[in-house]
Formats: sequence, C-alpha cells, structure tokens
Amino acid sequence: MLCQICGKNPSTVHFTEIHDNKMSEIHVCERCAEEKGLHQSAKKHKFDIADLLAGMVDGMTTTEEERVGHVQCPRCGLLYSGFKETGRLGCAECYAAFQFQLRPLLRRIHGDTRHRGKVPTRDGEGATRSRQIQRLHDELQRAVEREEFERAAGIRDEIQRLEKEQASHPAEKKR
Amino acid sequence: MTRQAKPRPPANFDELIAEPSPWLSGEGPHAHMVLSTRIRLARNLQSVPFTHRARDEQLQGVLLSVSSAAQRSEAFRDALMLRMNEMGGLERQILVERHLVSHELGDGARPRGIIIAAGERLSLMINEEDHLRLQAMTPGFQLAEAWGNADAADDELDQALDFAFSDEIGYLTSCPTNAGTGLRASVLIHLPALVLLEEIQKVLKSIMQVGLNVRGLYGEHSEVMGNLFQISNQTTLGRAERDSIESLERVTRQIIETEERARERMMRDARVQIEDKVWRAYGTLRYCRSIHSREVINLCSAVRLGVALGLPGLCPPHVLNQLLILTQPAHLQRFYGSDLTPAERNVYRAQLVRERLDAADRESGPTP
Repeated sequence: MLCQICGKNPSTVHFTEIHDNKMSEIHVCERCAEEKGLHQSAKKHKFDIADLLAGMVDGMTTTEEERVGHVQCPRCGLLYSGFKETGRLGCAECYAAFQFQLRPLLRRIHGDTRHRGKVPTRDGEGATRSRQIQRLHDELQRAVEREEFERAAGIRDEIQRLEKEQASHPAEKKR
Repeated sequence: MTRQAKPRPPANFDELIAEPSPWLSGEGPHAHMVLSTRIRLARNLQSVPFTHRARDEQLQGVLLSVSSAAQRSEAFRDALMLRMNEMGGLERQILVERHLVSHELGDGARPRGIIIAAGERLSLMINEEDHLRLQAMTPGFQLAEAWGNADAADDELDQALDFAFSDEIGYLTSCPTNAGTGLRASVLIHLPALVLLEEIQKVLKSIMQVGLNVRGLYGEHSEVMGNLFQISNQTTLGRAERDSIESLERVTRQIIETEERARERMMRDARVQIEDKVWRAYGTLRYCRSIHSREVINLCSAVRLGVALGLPGLCPPHVLNQLLILTQPAHLQRFYGSDLTPAERNVYRAQLVRERLDAADRESGPTP
C-alpha cells in the first residue's frame, strides 16, 4: 500500500488516529510519519553509540586510528577496535585500559566524566566519607548558585564535620 | 484475586501468569495518566567479563552467586527464580510481554535467569547485557517509592557481591551509555490530548532538550502506540541518582499539567466529538469479532481518555491496562493454543477483549 499522505512511497508505518470526528487507520511512509512527528519519538531520538564512535575518529589520521584500534585490555583481551564495532566493553578492566579513548566518549554521551551517585557500601566508611564530602561540595556550589545561603551554611558545617572525622583517621585516603 | 495480608511470591511460572501484573492495577498517584513507574539499576561482577564476552561456565557462576545473594536478601525472600534455558520460547516471550524480561534476555540460548519478588514489585534479570539488571515497578507515578525499593535491594545485594565499580566512573557497565549510576528511571504516560491537538512534537522536543529520552511501550527501538510514551533519563554519569530522578519527576509533572490543560481545552471545544470517539472505541472493543493487537492498543487509548475524563459507564482503568498485556501474541497463544494463525489470533483476541469488558461491565452494574 502506498503512503496515504504523499501517495508516492510505500507505507511502512501504521497507526490509528482520531481526527475530524473519525477514528481511522493511517498508513504512511517513514518520511511523512517523521513529519507528522509521532513516529520519530520512538526512533529518531535513540542513542546511537556507533554514530558517536564514528564521529570520534573523524579528526584522526588513518595511522592514528589503527594505533588506537590496537590498544588491548590486558585482562579480557578486547581490542579497542572490537569495542568500536560492537559498542560493548569486555570487562570492568576495559575502562582503565581504554581510559584515554573513553574519557572523551563519556563526556559526549553524558556531558560529564565523574561519578556523583551512590557508592558500594563494601567500600567501607572511609571511602564513603570522602565521596560524601565531594558530593556535599557539589551541593554547596549549587546552593550558592541558587542563593540558598542558609542551606549553604548548613552544608558547609557538615563538610567541616566530615573533614574533621576524616583527619582523625589518617589511614583514610581516596582509592 | 485472593486477598492476603502480605503478598506471597508466585511458586512457579503458572502461578506467576495466572494473575495480571500488579503494577497494572490502575492505582497510585496520577494513575489516570501515568500507568506505571520503573527504576532499573545495571550492575556487574568485578571478577567476570561482561556477559557478551564471558564463557557459559562463567555465566553459570554468575547465575549461582547472584541467585544465592538474592535468596539471602530481604528484598527477594522466597522469590521465584526462572532459568531462561529451561523454558520454552512461548514462556519466555510471555515474560517479555509482561515487561519482566528484555528481548535480549528472552533469547534463552545462554545461562540467563530472572528472579521475581512478590507482586512483581522487584525483579532481577541475570546475565542480560549486564550481569545484573535490578528492576522496581510501581503502578501510577511513584518515582520515590520505586527508587526506594531498588536502592534498598541494591544495598542488600551489594553486601554479598563484589560489584564492578571505579571511583571516577562509578558502576561499570557493558555499554558506556549506562556507566556511572547504571540508573534508568522511567514513567509510562498516556498523552492522547497532546497527540490529538498536534502539540506532542513540541512537548517531545522540550523533553529531549532537558536531557530526557522518549520511547514506546516496549522500550528501546519500540514504536509509539496507543499514545503511550515512556519517558526516562538519558545520562547516568555526573549526576547523583536523586538528581536524575528529581528532574524526571519535575518534567513529568509539567507534562501531566500540559496534558491536563490540553484535555480541558479539547472538552471545551469539542466535547461531543470526543465523547463520540470514546464510545465508538468502546463499542468496537465490546462487540468486535476479529481485532489486531495494535487496534486494541489504540482503541484502549480512546477509552482510557474517556475514563480519565470521568465519562460514566466505561470500564475501570486496570481492565484497559491488563488488555495491553493479555492481548499480546504470546499471552493469547498461551491461553488459546500455540499453533494459531494470525487471523485466528485476531478472532481469539476479539473474544478475550469482549469477555473482559463484559465481566467489568457486570461488576460495575448497568450502563446509564
């Protein structure tokens, strides 16, 4: 069946619509569906890591690209070129092995390269504390930006308290 | 459904699917628009290569250690454990249709499994793209509650398992798009008025601009059907879980308000036409003799709108929610036989829809 809007392309997208007092089945082509704006929400906005990876090497010469492709994870043996093909890393160690290549990629995907969320509890009290201090510093900055000074003062006191605790555990250092 | 003080986890697959998923109950805050809320956390074991690079023996080991950790936790006490490679294709597809299992986990070829807690409130996919995919579901719009459930279960599992984690990047995942928190928070929301008034595109664009993602009913790559949109956070690195969830919460509230206003306008300017649509949709569902699953979803959307607008005499929302799942192909084949042709499926689907609506009608008394 041809697209009911343009009448030129074969219809590949089908949906039921309520319009002008009628509920009707509509069969349209990809392009017209895109223009109608419904279909694209499911498709166009998906995150395509392969596109991102392809974009990353644009600035590289062929030899550079080849060299980077040969970087290998010492633990699972995955080559960076293999990651580029599948978009999947091989093991936890890959993040360290490919850190120089991954950092700009993570920045592109997330707009950031630093974790600010929860931490495994097995890390122990010390690591949790240093992460908490880091998080409170972030929160303090946001509170100041929003001119929530009373809250900022509270956060500052909390940071000082945690830093004092940290100082009394000299063995504590960041992982 | 039998009433019990505390929900008991299903003892086996048949018991699991005997009842519709509780998160389809049509209850909870803003349930007239938000069908369900979901939190997913991705985790991996430090010592084993990610699923797609691990050998089957290693995945077997993951399956054992994760299930033993889950069994010892409060969150998954007495939960039902299913192994994908011990199930038939139809059974696996039923789990996919119930949103318990992803397409990837549903292929069944490798040592994979799922653990399902009482009320399907929590589930844990093992050896999906990541070793662990913890999922918390609630009916309605309840991000804080879903997060609380997932967070607590994650803490318990973390006591027993050595999760891959780095100070800088956070939880390490097979795909770098999930690294950091490993969190995907999402709401399944029904936006018929915005679609009808052709304002949806503008709304979706602004959702994208604030770093959220929009997908269809069945997640990634799925088509938008029945005016149902799944809105979720896009990024997982650089923001704490609570910040990501708060921003989804804030944006969802705005969308709810925008849809609410669109519904008011629609009813003010075209009440008769809207009511006519709703009742025609209901009539079709109630008396059809052959129907495609896509049409069920779309007609249910119109009826759902009517229910939300308070039109009397329609069915309760949980019936519509359940039809979304029960009319899917694997569910139909389970109930009516596995060798149905698509044309036969349409006939049985129509029968099922009529029976469900008829039962709901008898329960609620005569139509005015």
